[in-house]
Amino acid sequence: MLVIRKQDLQQIFSHALDGYPLEVCGLLVGTETVPSPAGQPEDQAAVDRLRQRSDAGLQASGNPHEAEPGKPPAAAFVELVVATENVAGSSRVYEIAPKALLQVDRLAESRGFQIVGVYHSHTHTEAKPSPTDIAKAPDPYWHYVLVSLRDVHPALRSWKIEGGKIEEEKVVVKW
Amino acid sequence: MSVEVRVPTVLRPATGGVASVPAEGDTVGEVFEDLIGRHPGLKEQLLTDAGELHRHLNVFLNDDDIRYLGKLDAKVADGDTLTLMPAVAGGAL
Repeated sequence: MLVIRKQDLQQIFSHALDGYPLEVCGLLVGTETVPSPAGQPEDQAAVDRLRQRSDAGLQASGNPHEAEPGKPPAAAFVELVVATENVAGSSRVYEIAPKALLQVDRLAESRGFQIVGVYHSHTHTEAKPSPTDIAKAPDPYWHYVLVSLRDVHPALRSWKIEGGKIEEEKVVVKW
Repeated sequence: MSVEVRVPTVLRPATGGVASVPAEGDTVGEVFEDLIGRHPGLKEQLLTDAGELHRHLNVFLNDDDIRYLGKLDAKVADGDTLTLMPAVAGGAL
């Protein structure tokens, strides 16, 4: 599950549209909960926060992905969206400069957060990881947000990618 | 020389979930050797069979990419920080 503010979603859409016809990319900074093998979250406080936010009446979009019964969801809370340059300068591929990645990692750490995922746009295909996205996915703990500009209205979906397999996750928008 | 090695989430299963681990050496290559000795699961993640740096791994010595400092031969100083980061790329193709 990915929890993101409406303004941050709008920033991603704006970035994607401004960058058209090239693919754009950026990093998602925030907090993450990861279920431990015992089924207990490493960060109970973050899970409690998720419940509080859910109770506050969040709007959900995307395909619902329920965690296994008895297990807390692996959830990321996006606190900051950082647009980065697509150093590939391409309409078909993207690449984040290593130095930019380091800078965002340090920014995240300075605020008590971490990089929880990456977003990029697909200008002419659906918001689903391509074979390249799957092959190059750097981290199974990350959340992979795809924006499609193929249709009249931009579409955004979020995915987990691990071991060559993809799974769509719920996107919860905090208004 | 004693340095701090910062480990990204993708590599933390090899360090028992720890994000920052100490290691010793006079060059990045020696630090890696010491690091792999302490955390053998890192070996395949850091180096190719030929003993070279993996292409999909970025390594920063403090603020600088070691590719521009002599790669594994880059000298380290006491108190330096080595940051490991995955390459981030993809696309519609």
